[in-house]
Amino acid sequence: MYSFKELRKAAKTPAPGKARALAILGNCSTQFLAVAVRGFAALEKLPLTVFDAGYNQIEAQVLEDGAELYASAPDSVLIYLATEKLYEEFLDLPPESRGGFAGSVLERLEMYWDAIGRHTSAAILQMNFTELADRALGSFSCRVESTFTYQLRRLNYLLQERMAARSDVYPVDLLSVQAEMGRERFFDPALYYNAKMAVSTEALPYVAKAVVDVEAALRGRVKKCLVLDLDNTLWGGVVGDDGPENIEIGELGRGHVFTNFQRWLKELKECGVILAVCSKNDEATAKQPFESHPEMVLRLEDIAVFVANWEDKAGNIRMIQRVLNIGMDSMVFVDDNPFERELVRSMIPEIEVPELPEDPALYLDFLQKQNYFETAAYTGAAADRTKLYQAEQAREKLKASYASLDEYLESLEMVGAARPFEPSRYSRIAQLTQRSNQFNLRTVRYTEADIQRLAEDPNCLTLYYELRDKFGDHGLVGVIVGRRADADTLFIDTWLMSCRVLKRGMEEFIMAMLMDRAKRAGYRRVVGEYIPTPKNGMVKDIYRAMGFEEIGENRYRADTERFRPGKFHIKESEE
Amino acid sequence: MDREEIMAKINEIARDVFDNDAVVLTENSTAADVDEWDSLTHLLFTNEIEDEFGVTFTLAEVTKSENVGQLVDALMRHLNR
Repeated sequence: MYSFKELRKAAKTPAPGKARALAILGNCSTQFLAVAVRGFAALEKLPLTVFDAGYNQIEAQVLEDGAELYASAPDSVLIYLATEKLYEEFLDLPPESRGGFAGSVLERLEMYWDAIGRHTSAAILQMNFTELADRALGSFSCRVESTFTYQLRRLNYLLQERMAARSDVYPVDLLSVQAEMGRERFFDPALYYNAKMAVSTEALPYVAKAVVDVEAALRGRVKKCLVLDLDNTLWGGVVGDDGPENIEIGELGRGHVFTNFQRWLKELKECGVILAVCSKNDEATAKQPFESHPEMVLRLEDIAVFVANWEDKAGNIRMIQRVLNIGMDSMVFVDDNPFERELVRSMIPEIEVPELPEDPALYLDFLQKQNYFETAAYTGAAADRTKLYQAEQAREKLKASYASLDEYLESLEMVGAARPFEPSRYSRIAQLTQRSNQFNLRTVRYTEADIQRLAEDPNCLTLYYELRDKFGDHGLVGVIVGRRADADTLFIDTWLMSCRVLKRGMEEFIMAMLMDRAKRAGYRRVVGEYIPTPKNGMVKDIYRAMGFEEIGENRYRADTERFRPGKFHIKESEE
Repeated sequence: MDREEIMAKINEIARDVFDNDAVVLTENSTAADVDEWDSLTHLLFTNEIEDEFGVTFTLAEVTKSENVGQLVDALMRHLNR
């Protein structure tokens, strides 16, 4: 971890780029915190400006229209109520009203949140409350409502409940930072009594990390995938040497360490993190424990992409990244072997490679402290996309095993469908016209209402395309809108396709179906046009490749009678 | 460590904390002698000295030391304990 000194230095040179603006409001002095957050963001290359409202200015700032807070145009507002200050307030209350303390602090917080919400659309970052044991009644305090201990714990509980009920508040888990460091290191009495700062300089970098992690997640910088080594990472021992029945896993001895690590990984997977395996092993050997060891927590169905071979790991990780189609900077590679870590780090600088502790007993704690999976949203069980990725890997693998692309495509047993727009598909079709940028010939955007009009217009020929293969269903992947130009000519107003199904003969299938329908509708010619955008360069020659004749700049024509479609391996659906 | 060595170390810390390479502290120096020395940098300064020498000042030592010499006195008391 950086020292506060390093953060102070780094705070002077913010990261370049379009910055998010963070405002800090505290009931204590937040000057050092602001410096620490600036510095940490700079070192993490996160462009961030920080406005510090100063000591105990919360109410004045949130309630006044002309406050500096709002003038600072914050993208997020951090609210920090230090437990030490709350404790003083608590003790100044008459004993008979102390039982309502937690509720009244929560009301105050909600008043802040609502006031901020009226003035800006900023995200609210809310620190939860650190522990402070005053032991007024010793441990017995835990069962007496009028004690600070009782109220403080209720306060954290109520805070969680209220945050869960709103969409504009993002927690910063200060309590966990304090729990991990211990109160003695987290709180420096001299700093508090001298300067009203409730976080020691030793703890500031950790607190800054907790804040910057949330800021990074709000910016979309999140980790999505964990790539895992197997031997001595997921289990103890080497499966190839020791045999699958002798690896260390289970509740006994060192096995317990790996079991608990796997339990956590399984939880991550259930929270939407993609798990992948990258191991130097024979594939069958590597899979054995997942298939047959009774004490393994992780099973093959938990792993989205499973790569076990003797190639170098950097190449394998690149393959995993291609299958998942996510950014390399959203991946974390976990391997007990320092050589592999160094190799991957040097070949793929964007990927995160934690320097695992040597003792496997420390893996879990170490990785949990890194807080890799900070997020700004949670969609529940739907977050688990493991199955989709497994199908994609099965295709990639099959592809590698065939000598020619044709053979591979034939083996996929693809079935395609081309149908006129129908109401149940309007919203998906509209969404595709709005989002497709690359394989999109004229980039015309349509709303759902537009799509309905096109579907009902007798002068339009509309088609949507679906594709499935033996590994799964791709769903709706292509859209054509043809407009009658004259009695003989159909003009292709829209042709778009999902890039997921590129190079599978879908382009040829789409065109063959279109020419067939156009001919049946009595058209003699079909005219296509390419309108260049910064993103659709990939389709600039597609009409020529499909056998159209060029009739002007970016304009092409084909005759419906004479058109011969290119080769494809997609059977037309009979449904 | 003798007083001279301590003063040398403290000067090093001061140049870093006050972010000014021209700072030269003597035993008689006070906050008034250094532009960048305010209540906040004072805390950083004492904090860095604590970290460097592995000691913890009392609240009174941090707030009541009137010049660098008194801070060094306090530091030496802790070191000799």
